[in-house]
Amino acid sequence: MSLTTDLSRSTTRPGTNKSRAGTGATQAPRRRTRQRRERIFQWLFLVPAVVYMALFFGYPVVKNVVMSFQDYTTATFFTGEAPWVGFANYVTVLSSSLFSTSLLNTVLFTAGSILGQFVIGLALAIFFQRKFPLNGILRSLLLLPWLLPLIVSSAVWRWILDKDSGALNRFLGDLGLIHTGIPWLTSTSLALIAVVGVNIWIGIPFNLTILYGGLQEIPDELYEAGSLDGATGWKAFRHITWPMLRPVVSVVLVLGVVYTLKVLDIILGLTNGGPANSTQTIATQSYDLSFHEFKFGEGAALGNVLVIISLVFAVLYLRASRRAVDE
Amino acid sequence: MKSALRTTRPLALAVAALVGLPLFVSGCGSSPAASSSEAVTEISVMDYYNNEPDKSFIGDALTKCGTKAGVTIKRETVPGKSLISKVLQQSSSKTLPDVLMLDNPDLQQIAATGALAPLADFKISTDGFAPGVLSAGTYKDKVYGLAPTVNTIALFYNKDILAKAGVTPPTTWDELKAAAAKLTAGDQYGLAFNANPTYEGTWQFLPVMWSNGGDEKKIDTKETEQALQLWTDLVKDGSVSSSALNWTQADVKDQFMAGKAAMMVNGPWQIPSLDKQPTLQYGVVKIPVQEAGQTSVAPLGGEVWTVPQTGNKARQAKAAEVVACLNSDENQLAMAKVRNTIPSKTTLAGTFASENPKLATFTELIKTARARTGQLGEGWPAQATKIYTAIQTALTGKASPADALKQAQASK
Repeated sequence: MSLTTDLSRSTTRPGTNKSRAGTGATQAPRRRTRQRRERIFQWLFLVPAVVYMALFFGYPVVKNVVMSFQDYTTATFFTGEAPWVGFANYVTVLSSSLFSTSLLNTVLFTAGSILGQFVIGLALAIFFQRKFPLNGILRSLLLLPWLLPLIVSSAVWRWILDKDSGALNRFLGDLGLIHTGIPWLTSTSLALIAVVGVNIWIGIPFNLTILYGGLQEIPDELYEAGSLDGATGWKAFRHITWPMLRPVVSVVLVLGVVYTLKVLDIILGLTNGGPANSTQTIATQSYDLSFHEFKFGEGAALGNVLVIISLVFAVLYLRASRRAVDE
Repeated sequence: MKSALRTTRPLALAVAALVGLPLFVSGCGSSPAASSSEAVTEISVMDYYNNEPDKSFIGDALTKCGTKAGVTIKRETVPGKSLISKVLQQSSSKTLPDVLMLDNPDLQQIAATGALAPLADFKISTDGFAPGVLSAGTYKDKVYGLAPTVNTIALFYNKDILAKAGVTPPTTWDELKAAAAKLTAGDQYGLAFNANPTYEGTWQFLPVMWSNGGDEKKIDTKETEQALQLWTDLVKDGSVSSSALNWTQADVKDQFMAGKAAMMVNGPWQIPSLDKQPTLQYGVVKIPVQEAGQTSVAPLGGEVWTVPQTGNKARQAKAAEVVACLNSDENQLAMAKVRNTIPSKTTLAGTFASENPKLATFTELIKTARARTGQLGEGWPAQATKIYTAIQTALTGKASPADALKQAQASK
């Protein structure tokens, strides 16, 4: 999006140059052809991006919307026939007994994950701002969760969190903190907390990296000047770091929310939405409907509900960033 | 005028690229459209045996059958989880393989699309197959798929642990509960099964449900409630770890192999791993029934081979020859032996059981094993979801078995 606006701006600029630099009469036509060629090239460079966006983002989104108004079954794939059903799919998924559970879990999962990732990520980012030995090595080690495929992370955490032989319960047991294993993934009251915990662990590197980058941008002089006025420690954070970091924070939070809303692999890998649907989110339910029960129309409808929720956050983000620019 | 041209040309290019690209893509995907009169020298096959040793066993059988039919086999193996989505993609782009393997409960979905050819069109005989096997391959009175070998689940027990505790393998629910309780001590649970929120959890529950007369079409009945009560009691009294709510069948096997479960519900495909641990002495019995005298009804597992409607009669005929060959007596026995599965023709069961005593219990069970889709057809996935939801609700104590089943049956 920003690419096109930048380009249109740059294509008008040669025009203004031309009126100003109208001295060399012989040079003008040659320059004009060069400009024209340049503009063609500029457009050509855009083509791959436009084609890519239309094919891999535009088409699936439109298709998903269309699908949600159809009775789309396995037979549709072979026959191509998908009768229109209006809002029936939406009515079915929104009125299903599972929807309120999934919606609540989605909210809890997203809010919990974002809060944990952000707070820990920010704390670590500030911590790593100091200069100390092994700083670089430790920081790169913290990136590890990010590098692992999600399916591997969830499989390993499933072992760690196992009630009887999991490493976590062994550890707590050895410390004498517990006597019987805690059913992290098989208790309806703990499973969501455990899943959120794992997702926080996975999200920390992202928050740490972006926030650390943002902190590097804040000039040291501000802190030096602040310390002269007595702003150190917490005060320096409140009055210098936080306000200077705000644009980065809003990016991290909004991207985090949109990523987290659609988390699928981690939940499927850890609990499959169980026990008794206690970790079922809109994303996992939509996946189940489409790929396990073969109700593609209903799956698409539920997917679109998730898209709408994400859009709300996207709009909030755009508004926030526009205000920041206006200021 | 000039400026307009200047701006439209790149646009036109973009449009041309957009229009051309899908053409190019679809051009790549289309299958070699040989006309029916041409001699068929090669047929394509797709299955999900992508791990050794099954990959080679099935590959060898396919090659042999191909040679017999005078064609070479172009085989593609895909991971189990992605087979169905691949099949759906291929059926929409009309690029299905000539021979397609499907997990038996999925056959209904694919047959319902019209993508498969009835095997009667090719005069493939269905004589001698176990009734459950045929019903798994049948959609709306026509047989679309045949399984050369099948499997099911039974009760594995650790001989040493049971002998030490003076426990004999249970045959009724009461004996099962008593044995499991007695075998539970310290780190060791009496029994392990899988009650996770996937179709696996449903599959492992089916033997107790069916043996007691439960019906998958209507699950809020006394019979199914009693079965779910049994599962719930076993978890509640600690004979089965509550981790069962999250275990897969592979996890259950790991617990059994590590000596952390004295008995387990599992299938014969675990035998190769179990045999890798020579110190482990195990036996296999039928899953207990509520009262002595009831028949232990097991669910039928295994994969069926089908001939998709590719539109090329000559290739389909060759494909059918390969499917028929895979299901021949000779191949059934050979594949069953190496793959630790059971021949699907009951006529072969007797000799097979005597030659493979480890598989004797499973062979016995196959005769009366039931297909999951036998009654519900395409409706199976939705109902299977209700069953595992009810199991999870009852096992976590969120509702009594009766209420859990009632809620699940009423849910949409």
